[in-house]
Amino acid sequence: MKIVVLIKEVPDTWGERRLDPGTRRVDRAGSDGVLDEIGERAVEAALAYKDGAADTEVVVVSMGPSSTSILRRALAMGATSAVHIVDDRLVGADLGWTAAALAGAIERTGFDLVIAGGESTDGRGGVIPAMVAEHLGVPLATGLSTLQISPDGIRGERTADEETLTISAALPAVVSITERMPDARFPSFKGTMGAKKKPLEVLSTADLGPKAAQVIDTAARSIVVEVVERPARVAGPKIVDDGTAVAQLVDFLSSKQLV
Amino acid sequence: MSNILTFIELTADGAPRSSAAALLQRASQLGTPVAVIAIGPAHRDAAVTALGALGVEQVAVLASESADGAVGSAQTDAVAAAVDAFSPTVVLLPHSAEGRDVAGRVAARLGAGIVVDAIDLRADGDSVHVTTSAFGGAFTVDSVVEGGLAVITMRQAAAGEAAAAVQATVTELGSQQSTPAAVVEARTGGAAASGRPDLRSASVVVSGGRGVGSKENFALVEQLADVLRGAVGASRVAVDSGYAAQALQVGQTGRTVSPDLYIALGISGAIQHRAGMQTAKTIVAINTDADAPIFDIADFGVVGDLFSVVPQLIPAIEARTR
Repeated sequence: MKIVVLIKEVPDTWGERRLDPGTRRVDRAGSDGVLDEIGERAVEAALAYKDGAADTEVVVVSMGPSSTSILRRALAMGATSAVHIVDDRLVGADLGWTAAALAGAIERTGFDLVIAGGESTDGRGGVIPAMVAEHLGVPLATGLSTLQISPDGIRGERTADEETLTISAALPAVVSITERMPDARFPSFKGTMGAKKKPLEVLSTADLGPKAAQVIDTAARSIVVEVVERPARVAGPKIVDDGTAVAQLVDFLSSKQLV
Repeated sequence: MSNILTFIELTADGAPRSSAAALLQRASQLGTPVAVIAIGPAHRDAAVTALGALGVEQVAVLASESADGAVGSAQTDAVAAAVDAFSPTVVLLPHSAEGRDVAGRVAARLGAGIVVDAIDLRADGDSVHVTTSAFGGAFTVDSVVEGGLAVITMRQAAAGEAAAAVQATVTELGSQQSTPAAVVEARTGGAAASGRPDLRSASVVVSGGRGVGSKENFALVEQLADVLRGAVGASRVAVDSGYAAQALQVGQTGRTVSPDLYIALGISGAIQHRAGMQTAKTIVAINTDADAPIFDIADFGVVGDLFSVVPQLIPAIEARTR
């Protein structure tokens, strides 16, 4: 079994995160780049299967100039090898380019199963898994809060908006998981040392095949025209409850016509 | 701006889901909405009638036995076929679990440009400007799609005044070359029908956090929500501790809400929680910890015990609204 896990470097949600109004992109210098937590869980889901099936290969794939350290981290956790898509042509890539590039790298690598986080903590779009599945022409199971992997298929629970579904798919397939999946393991010292010797392949758009090239050359794309920072919220009155807090709060709500 | 394809999510028996009305209203601000649905043949007529009741004049239907058995497959085919039939410049979908899957597959299949989780749309000649918000509303982003069809998912919003009911005209869509799909093995009922408004589009949200302390105590959060006719939310800690259902989680890894009034009860206001609610128009916080970061963004803060304040607040609000 060959499992490809999609991971992403994102600004740490514990720190300040910024867009740069000049470049209209994420200000990567202004925050710490980390392996997205949901991506760690996706790696964990693959490694949990590998723990019980030693001939499993786990390949982590990421795109973006500064993803080397998160790929090394996933290797330290136990992934077998890494693929890193880096190309100046992909600067400012939208969802369409990103999905096409990832699908090209996955096809080149070969796969039985692709696991991704349901949505990244920075973009929060949640459509990349669907786009990748369509490019690869395989079934899609998104938003899984449980995941059972077997040699022929996957099964899991998906909490859609108004109901919970148990869904299954034959392999090859693409799945995405939610934060209800188990926490990721920490890399061991031995894992961290070993990660430096594991294969990390760097790909450019020229390596991604004709379909990715076609999307990049001809598909419609979204362009960010403007980025505006919202003014920070200003705190209002903060009162200590001395027995009159309820009356003051009701007056406040009433003054805003909220009650 | 001509035809705006609008993907409508349906229940298995053909009822439009709660996202439909607001999405159709958005579409009618840009052009003529054409509702696109995939439905089992047995429920086809019910679905068309229900859309007519929402004021939809044109419905494009893919009647397919697999509409609720194969995840998103017939729905994707329906939208792709409708793009062929109507040559729209814009396809709108709800930014929901199903809407995202369909949007992603359609955009990849057709080579369309895609923008997701839009909070506003504006026509500008032949193109559409799409407003999204980033990092929990700290930044507002304006995007356009260049070079072809725009596929846009809309964040759920409250619907305005209902349109007058009409008799919808139906266009039958032909089957498409489907991509293999996952299959549904079982469905466990909808979220318990609480009678409360949907969290994502409610104008009032009352949320509880660690300070609520237990699942039993969460009833207090619900009671306050009910007197305000609001939705119930929860912090990640409250969900992880089992006080509230996962579907109620507000924050970085849960729902993003933007109500007129957000009341945070016993929520410290970690940065990840704030990312899901800081665009609320008015924020009220009640917390025993005077240093809780939620107070930094609250328009009105009460440093106090929610178990003392809320039981008095409920009858005080009831007295006002009576």
